[in-house]
Amino acid sequence: MLLIRCPYCEEERPELEFRNAGEAHVARSPAIAGISDADFEAFFFIRSNPKGVIHERWRHIHGCGRFFNAQRDSVTDKFFKTYKAGEKKPPLPKAATAPVASADVRPAEPSGEPPRRRTTPKGDA
Amino acid sequence: MRRYSVFAIAREAMRGHKGWDEQWSSPEPRPEYDVIIVGAGGHGLATAYYLAKNHGITNIAVLEKGWLGGGNTGRNTTIIRSNYLYDESAGIYDHAVKLWDGLSQDLNYNVMYSPRGVMMLAHNVHDVQVLKRHVHANRLNGIDNEWMTPEQAKAFCPPLNIAKDARYPVVGATLQRRGGTARHDAVAWGYARAASARGVHIIQNCEVTGVKRAANGAVMGVDTTRGFIGAKKVGVVAAGHSSVIMQMADVRMPLESYPLQALVSEPVKPIFPCVVMSNTVHAYISQSDKGELVIGAGTDQYISYSQTGGLHILTHTLDAICEMFPMFTRMKMLRSWGGIVDVTPDRSPILAKTPVPGLYVNCGWGTGGFKATPGSGHVFAHTIAHDEPHKINAGYTLERFRTGRLIDEAAAAAVAH
Repeated sequence: MLLIRCPYCEEERPELEFRNAGEAHVARSPAIAGISDADFEAFFFIRSNPKGVIHERWRHIHGCGRFFNAQRDSVTDKFFKTYKAGEKKPPLPKAATAPVASADVRPAEPSGEPPRRRTTPKGDA
Repeated sequence: MRRYSVFAIAREAMRGHKGWDEQWSSPEPRPEYDVIIVGAGGHGLATAYYLAKNHGITNIAVLEKGWLGGGNTGRNTTIIRSNYLYDESAGIYDHAVKLWDGLSQDLNYNVMYSPRGVMMLAHNVHDVQVLKRHVHANRLNGIDNEWMTPEQAKAFCPPLNIAKDARYPVVGATLQRRGGTARHDAVAWGYARAASARGVHIIQNCEVTGVKRAANGAVMGVDTTRGFIGAKKVGVVAAGHSSVIMQMADVRMPLESYPLQALVSEPVKPIFPCVVMSNTVHAYISQSDKGELVIGAGTDQYISYSQTGGLHILTHTLDAICEMFPMFTRMKMLRSWGGIVDVTPDRSPILAKTPVPGLYVNCGWGTGGFKATPGSGHVFAHTIAHDEPHKINAGYTLERFRTGRLIDEAAAAAVAH
């Protein structure tokens, strides 16, 4: 189980208090109804899924209830940093696993992205 | 390849078992192949086998960064069924079930396919409605699936607790009698042996580090830890690492990779006659021929390539197992492990051509790809050989996330996604 530091509560708490909310810094177009199918696909379905440094959203659902972002290594699961929503993506840590597929071609995030609902796959056999 | 038979066993017994061949050869890679398959798991090896057997293409290399069958093929809970809701799903999963039946003879290798029945439990009104809908949809697609009362379920699987005051009361169940299990290692080994016998090169400990493309964008081959290997067609069958490989060809994928865990108990005498799945409380259980209870847990909530996962995921599943099968409360669990599963937004696989000429992808099987191994390899081989999909996988395109023609098992499957 991960230990996650909530940047609002300023405390490290067990993963059970949190809900992962998918990739961070994915900008939703302010004119979503007008964008092309390709742009919508890139926004809604395409994901970086990096092996290495990942930027992701978490919600402290059983704590303060707020969304925040984290920078983590997806190979070791070690957190480098958690930071408040709206803050800029931190620079890549030096000690990280080489980011194999993390070439992030997304535009810069606008401030205050709206939360998206997300379901986690449960697993089948 | 020397065929396995009762006479071969008798002959080798007479001479001290000194005449057995290696099951597959480990040749040095050639500079160029007709087709390269990235990933020697069940799906990749099956693809190579059917390319050689059905399409006459034998100049094939299957590249594997670790050891053969050491990824999700060797880490899953070996459940086979085809009772999915949508027509496309019914098409490919039932194609696989038909190939499972007879696969041992086809490969001359005992994959221990055991159609012992897959039972899915309903615990509330919603489950009853969803599972009955599945029964009817399956029957319209010619797939066997039947509704059972709790008493019938108990008769089919005696360890099941159907008490009315149980924490998770069983109010009904479905049963696909043709569903069951197979020996996962034997599936990888059997396909590897049969493909190798037809001239396919299986190259282990050879990690793909780049995809080379010509000026017109078409695939030229792959860079590997053993040097460049050329090919005009490359099939990516890399499970949790599919998006990593596809990124090397500048294709961004609608995939996310999660750890999925499973565990086995100490071995005991035969006690559990079938496969039981409960999506609502999230528990999957069967008993292997070795006697271990094989239990499938859920995925972690975050992306990871760690091949491990949180302990709370396992205990959550064991809570449910102990409630439904009280006789197992004192069983000891021996081993647990994780595999990295690549999950698509609609929880259906991608088995298709890509925007890069000569590059094909078979991925996104998520948490339930083992059951599809023969069918997946069969239609993917067709896709590579003819440069167009088989009618069974025609809907499993990469473009469906742009066009919106999703195969939305995420919302509708007989699993609680």
